Amino acid sequence: MSDWLWGLFQSWGWSESAFNVVMGVIKGLLVTTFLAVNALVLVLMERKVSGRIQRRPGPLRTGPRGLLQTFADAIKLLSKEDIVPSGADVAVFVLAPMVFFAAATALWIVIPFGPQTIVQDLNIGLIYISAVTGLSVLAILMAGWSSNNKWSLLGAMRSAAQLVSYEIPLVLSIVAIGMMAGSLRLSDIVAAQQGGITNWFIFPQILGFLVFFTAGLAEINRAPFDLPEAESELVAGYNTEYSGMRWAIFFLAEYANLVAFSALAATFFFGGPTGPIFPPIVWFLIKTYFFIFVAMWIRWTLPRIRVDHLMNLGWYVLIPLALINLGWTGLYVVLRG
Amino acid sequence: MAETAVTSEVKQDTTTPAEHELFVNMGPQHPSTHGVLRLLLRVDGERVLSLKPDIGYLHRCFEKIAERRSVQMVIPYCDRTDYLAAITSEWAYVMAAEKLMGVEVPERAEYIRVIVGEMQRIASHLLWFGTFALDLGAVTAFLYAFRERESLFDIFQKLTGARMLYNYLRVGGVRNDLYEGFEEDILRFLDLLEERLIEYNKLLTGNRIFESRTKGVGVITKEQAIAYGASGPVLRGCGVPQDLRKTDPYSVYDRFEFNIPVGEHGDVYSRYVVRMHEFYESIRIIRQAIKTIPGGPWLGDVPRRMKLVGDVYTRVESPRGEVGVYLVGDGSDQPYRCHYRSPCFVHLQLLEPMGVGHLIADMVAIIGSIDIVMGEVDR
Repeated sequence: MSDWLWGLFQSWGWSESAFNVVMGVIKGLLVTTFLAVNALVLVLMERKVSGRIQRRPGPLRTGPRGLLQTFADAIKLLSKEDIVPSGADVAVFVLAPMVFFAAATALWIVIPFGPQTIVQDLNIGLIYISAVTGLSVLAILMAGWSSNNKWSLLGAMRSAAQLVSYEIPLVLSIVAIGMMAGSLRLSDIVAAQQGGITNWFIFPQILGFLVFFTAGLAEINRAPFDLPEAESELVAGYNTEYSGMRWAIFFLAEYANLVAFSALAATFFFGGPTGPIFPPIVWFLIKTYFFIFVAMWIRWTLPRIRVDHLMNLGWYVLIPLALINLGWTGLYVVLRG
Repeated sequence: MAETAVTSEVKQDTTTPAEHELFVNMGPQHPSTHGVLRLLLRVDGERVLSLKPDIGYLHRCFEKIAERRSVQMVIPYCDRTDYLAAITSEWAYVMAAEKLMGVEVPERAEYIRVIVGEMQRIASHLLWFGTFALDLGAVTAFLYAFRERESLFDIFQKLTGARMLYNYLRVGGVRNDLYEGFEEDILRFLDLLEERLIEYNKLLTGNRIFESRTKGVGVITKEQAIAYGASGPVLRGCGVPQDLRKTDPYSVYDRFEFNIPVGEHGDVYSRYVVRMHEFYESIRIIRQAIKTIPGGPWLGDVPRRMKLVGDVYTRVESPRGEVGVYLVGDGSDQPYRCHYRSPCFVHLQLLEPMGVGHLIADMVAIIGSIDIVMGEVDR
């Protein structure tokens, strides 16, 4: 499609930079639309899945089988009063959800929807991912600090503590993927896993997958690692003072993060968009949604882990495991030749 | 006034906090303070340095109201003290009134009281299980417990007409007899509950995260618990086999076979285990009572003109501990003085030895583990 557009633009006599700008806008819109649609689906899915797990039907009244529930939610949130607490640092308070959302969206630039369908196939894709995922913590810190609420502050501090203990095993497990593929480019990682299930990285990287999945859940603040918002402990953590659309943006971005994390798990370990019969995008969605479901399943089953246990898990268990995995991967790559 | 006094006192305590210390108000509006408990916490990061419970947000003058009503009219107010275990609160009060009036309770009524009392214990423990799990972040267990609680409430509703606040016990017996088919209903429920308890244990008891959150948290020693006057699962969790149904048998409890589950370490986990075992003991008691319940009247001969003479203290084992009623009569049909001993009020004072030095997340678990009902604390 890109080539076809480029031909079209050339026939109009446009320069390449203008073409790049237009393409950037189109791709950005596509990604945002993809995320918005996903969030719509996920809100309903989370409610339905949690309903099934908890032996209740979930939303039923809004639209056929409750399908319009998300729209009702969105309308409610949009029509709410926009409250900024007194004593809040207004600029930071307003900026925090935007930064959070931007960080969540930015991750999508390098995720391959198909073998060639990538917004920007960066040659430093893996480094970019580990850099961008850290950004969301900045937003949480901003939100917690600017809210002028002690619970928010505690939530933000937890988030920062969580980052330092989880970023390292996460990055270490990603590094092993780079070693396996011999490239930091995500399209290369997908290409390296082409040609059937046996080529998937999950088999040599089972340990890496476990580390990645655990650390990733902590990274995106999903239960049982949802410490920064821990409702029963910190009221609502960093977003205690947020309501209406600002809160909805946090919510949306959290789902975007969940999709991104699941997509990354599918890409790194399960061949990403590769697969027989169906087009790549279908395989991409199947694999992604499988991991989303697993994340939901975990969330609605396990109790919340305590903040100091989380640190222990990160430093004493996950980092050593990730290092062992790194050593094993090096050995594997050398032996494979 | 009382509230401002407490606040200023604690504020004085924090006038010279170190730079890294924070003063946090936990409650009265907080998801995990089970109603309107307010905790004044001084924390270093998340570690609790000192804490002070502040109560009184649900005070409804139960004891004073009781002085201005005739004996029977007080019973609905008893429901509203410990609203999660209405039967046991009624029971303590009704027993006191019976002793002052010298009323004999028919045997069938005593059996019915035991049955509904144990049903109440199950209902209360179900709610505790759910909210405790919720406090720890396990949302699903909460809904599981509520499902069983609802079906138990269906039986209560058929029997008493109400789902939570029954107004069922009377001076001299109970308001109405068991309905036709009660036996099948309750036995079916008990079978179901036994099945579901396995499910609960699978979901929570052996879970590594759950154990790490509860073991060694909120520890009190046997001596501390006794010194503070703790009772119920909090005391039994420390390994003291004190259960009024066994140690000071009232009603017909001495006719049934059951054990007193005790914990070992006095931590949150021990209290959890004690309550989980109490489900089974309650089931056992109800089964025995259903099997051996005698016929006859369910309401004894009560004089039309009630006269309360003398004073008496009666106590029953509620799901939370020792509920006692001290009743003084002056010859009229209204109590001269009524005092209600609340176990949770006592347990609240244990929060400090339990909680200091732990994290805020542990505070939530500790509050959940003492199964607090603010209606009972404030009365």
